[in-house]
Amino acid sequence: MTPEAIPTAHDCGLIGCTSCGRVWPQGTARCARCGAPLSPVDSAGLQKVWAWLIAGIIFYIPANLYPMLRTSTITGSQENTILGGVVELVAHHNYGVAAIVFLASIMIPLAKFLAISYLALAVGHENRAGGHRHLWLYEVVEFIGRWSMIDVFVVAILSALVQLGFVASIHPGPAAVSFALSVAFTMLSAQSFDPRLIWRGPTVNKEPQ
Amino acid sequence: MLNPLPAAPDRLTELMACPRCDALHRVEALEETQRAECARCGTILIAPPARSFLHVIALAFTAMILMFGAMFFPFLKISAQGLSHDSSIFRAAMAFSDGIVAPLSLAVMLMIVALPVVRFAALIYVLWPLANGRSAWPRAQRLFRLAEELQPWSMAEIFIIGTAVALVKVAGLATVSLGPAFWAFCALIIVTALKNSFLSKWTIWQAIEQQ
Repeated sequence: MTPEAIPTAHDCGLIGCTSCGRVWPQGTARCARCGAPLSPVDSAGLQKVWAWLIAGIIFYIPANLYPMLRTSTITGSQENTILGGVVELVAHHNYGVAAIVFLASIMIPLAKFLAISYLALAVGHENRAGGHRHLWLYEVVEFIGRWSMIDVFVVAILSALVQLGFVASIHPGPAAVSFALSVAFTMLSAQSFDPRLIWRGPTVNKEPQ
Repeated sequence: MLNPLPAAPDRLTELMACPRCDALHRVEALEETQRAECARCGTILIAPPARSFLHVIALAFTAMILMFGAMFFPFLKISAQGLSHDSSIFRAAMAFSDGIVAPLSLAVMLMIVALPVVRFAALIYVLWPLANGRSAWPRAQRLFRLAEELQPWSMAEIFIIGTAVALVKVAGLATVSLGPAFWAFCALIIVTALKNSFLSKWTIWQAIEQQ
């Protein structure tokens, strides 16, 4: 049987629980086994995806404009944005770490914004044949999103650790908050996306036969 | 996995819908080392149930003890030009505790300490009666679902990578030595990963439903 021909629970007039996999007759409101609310597969949930995604993008802007870290040493004080931190790491020849921070804080958030928008737009317009590619993309987004939090933890550790009075001290900047919020909102956006939609194909509002 | 017709309600227990793509499968008994994958999208539906619930309970307990140690022993120590300063994990989380960034320290505390502990405790609560062959304790369903929902938000492993990056950044500024809490935290991550790989959601849900 080709992947496209495999019937879904929806096709059979049933509703599957996304939490535990148990199957119920269509119209059941709550899974009696695990207690999760059962949501039908429809594109109404995409509104939530867009809302969280836009919130994530909005908070990503100040996260890049304001300083992430304030470092004061004997020689003076310095403020670093996310990109500034990467540039400084490169200047000190720490290429590996610079690459990690660049990936986690700049590439991954941007790639996530694009990937989620693409998935949300493509759902309902493409055939089921695109499913594998889309599901792969969705899984990558879902898996990798949390790793953007690295930079927030780096700031937390640095500012807890480097408290040496006049010799050196590091304090968190306002960008840390907006960056953390941006990552959290994008994670919520990815979680609100219902991957079952990927396999519904162009007939999103089709009634079950 | 070939049932195109709606089944009678009492036979629905034999069916499983892939949580990812909604493909409908008929559940069959698995051998010890077999696992079931979704015929369409490849999501693992049923992990091998070879590991008993006791394994998972033991690992969850280990993880909780390690977390306790990681909280209170010194995590990192920094020294430069005769001055030194050490920091526990608690201190790292509280770094944001002044000014407008205060709520962030609460969030960091949640993500690296509180949520992992809640997940371990919930898992022990759910699995303990099941491992002893009794019926699940009240609210076990809610707690197990909670543990599953919290998974993306518990970020202990990301915290350790963050520590590594922070160490490199500080290296030029001062000397840093690693405390016992750092190693406890590393062990915690390995134990958590093992525990997650031994966990079969479908098996647990079935056990909760049947007993």
